[in-house]
Amino acid sequence: MRVSLFATCLADQFFADACADAVRLLRHLGVEVEFPEAQTCCGQPAHNSGHARDARIMAEHTLSVFDEADHVVAPSGSCAAMIRSSYPKLLGTPEARRLAERTWELSHFLVHVLGVESLGSGLAGTRVAYHHGCHALRELRVEREPVDLLRNGGAEVVPWEADRECCGFGGLFSAKMPEVSAGMADRKLETLPDVDVVTSADGGCLLQMRGRAEGQREERSFVHVARLLWQATRTPDAGDPLRDVT
Amino acid sequence: MSGYDWPDPGAYRAAATDTIRNHPDTREAVGSATRAFDAKRREAYAGIEAEAWRDWARDVKTHALSRLDEYLVQAEEALIRNGATVHWADAGDEALAVLDSLVHRHGIRTAVKGKSMLSEELAVNRHLEGLGVRPVETDLGEYIIQLLGEPPSHIVGPAIHKSLDDCRRLFHDRLGTPMDADPGRLARAARGALRQEFLGADLGISGGNFLAADTGTLALIENEGNIRLSTSVPPVHVAFVGIEKVVPRFADLAGFLQLTARAATGQPIGNFVSLLQGPRRDDEEDGPDEVHVVLVDNGRTRLFDDDEAWEALRCVRCGACLNTCPVYRQTGGHAYGWTYSGPIGAILAPGLLGLEEGMPLPHASSLCGACADVCPVRIPIPELLLHWRRKGVEAGLVPRAERLGSSLYAAAAKRPGVFGLAGEGLRRTPWAPIASSLPVINGWTQERTAPRPSPKSFRTLWKEGIE
Repeated sequence: MRVSLFATCLADQFFADACADAVRLLRHLGVEVEFPEAQTCCGQPAHNSGHARDARIMAEHTLSVFDEADHVVAPSGSCAAMIRSSYPKLLGTPEARRLAERTWELSHFLVHVLGVESLGSGLAGTRVAYHHGCHALRELRVEREPVDLLRNGGAEVVPWEADRECCGFGGLFSAKMPEVSAGMADRKLETLPDVDVVTSADGGCLLQMRGRAEGQREERSFVHVARLLWQATRTPDAGDPLRDVT
Repeated sequence: MSGYDWPDPGAYRAAATDTIRNHPDTREAVGSATRAFDAKRREAYAGIEAEAWRDWARDVKTHALSRLDEYLVQAEEALIRNGATVHWADAGDEALAVLDSLVHRHGIRTAVKGKSMLSEELAVNRHLEGLGVRPVETDLGEYIIQLLGEPPSHIVGPAIHKSLDDCRRLFHDRLGTPMDADPGRLARAARGALRQEFLGADLGISGGNFLAADTGTLALIENEGNIRLSTSVPPVHVAFVGIEKVVPRFADLAGFLQLTARAATGQPIGNFVSLLQGPRRDDEEDGPDEVHVVLVDNGRTRLFDDDEAWEALRCVRCGACLNTCPVYRQTGGHAYGWTYSGPIGAILAPGLLGLEEGMPLPHASSLCGACADVCPVRIPIPELLLHWRRKGVEAGLVPRAERLGSSLYAAAAKRPGVFGLAGEGLRRTPWAPIASSLPVINGWTQERTAPRPSPKSFRTLWKEGIE
């Protein structure tokens, strides 16, 4: 099995270790991982702001980068959803539809393509709150996959009243409507249970919640789910990556 | 009394910020009420095959819209057969003009109103006051906000932004109830005051949830009985009905009445459903002597002409998208600056008010998609928000800096070398001292700590080799 990793522009810069852990995890599962270095941005920021022409430029570029890939795996529900749900509409070509069918958010790929149920018990004793990013949840319908993998990895996934509510990131929305966006993040934080770590398949959401949580009374740790899933394959005492947001 | 002024949608961000910063109780009241509505809606959907019902409702509404011209004429003929008078109103002022002649002809001085969002859209109360008529809102929520001189902040729960204590204070001042009165006592006080208004009114005004074309039946859903009274006690009844409210058959009401109630409040059906078939007949004791149905366009055919946005006309005004919307929950409806708020308001505004006037509202969304999952008629709200954003860009309604930034980003993105270098450059830029003076970036840092890049980009890690 060969996979092309789509690191996504955001995770490339802000969650590099999570991307690296995704590579380690996939290799650990016997997958050959490629990283086409010509990849850049999927175009979602332009698409979601109404800049259709710019979005199309980036979509066409991304399509050309991954045209030959068997599977494209991204450590992001949002960027994977951009390719899966929006590219076919935006580009309207058979190539776009083909790429859409072969593009996966990491946990989605692990469960549905590799058939993984459990990765190990390296998360034993870790209390986790899982934030469902909106596009993973409502466009990809990825819901149980990451939670099951965390749980089967030994983590206690603590119920969170607002786990399916939007954190207010929304890409440029967070900068265009910062006050409303911050209010939405506050709702997430107000309801957050007592956990060791908050995780999600989407780095944007983690930056948003972390950016709002810092400076508040309680210190919280925000970690990309790819790091935890790799950690699940390890022995529980193999270092402590949970404190590191990158 | 009801001469409130809406700000305008262009002031959305400022109004929303004011609510969030200065009225935390509004966020609290709206948040808890909408979450309760949404939970009941979820339960009510679980009790039926909701996905199939929603498909059906979408298809019937789409069909009705595709033959709107035929069904409206059919509805008009049936209404006339039933003894009602039908008025066609292209613009809002034509709809209001119907009231002018009735007020003069019947010497109307008091009008009781059942809840109607279209009457808000048309600013009926202000017009009546101009004619020397006293309008009295009879829905409890509408009554409360009319006493306060505020517009409704939710399609279904107009006073959703008010707390119980707000109502206690108001009723204490205006109706003399004790400060610790329980909700039941407050409702009884309102009922006592309103009962007199029903008995003395010269005119009853309502909206219309559905209009069945084959029988000319006007269907109205409510919980308090005030619409029943408003449409049956006064001698004259005027119903303002949006042209998109027509459904082909009387039989279709069976599905729509149930689905709308489930979507709106989680009830299997409204406490009161009125199926109105024209004025009182000779052998009937109750009912108005005259029924006037005003079929209102007010921008709807313009919206209908839009290749994508027409789908918003399927809306049954249940408010489910507001209840589930995390953006709406931060502020309630007033911040949106016009009659319709929340996700549906954001996609109706550019269509009904015009692109430029309504434009900020399609940006009042994180595109989380929660609305699309609950809409009983499956309006693809996130897609329509994007549609209006694209229209705004085409019309040059976004800041130059944003347009320039977007094209630069796209230009860099198709040149991987440039993109990689730009990424490294941005990582090394000391943002902290300059962030507050940079557009877009200052929006982020104003509310949050700046994100810290990873020590090395993944690109670099990959080149170095991943162990």
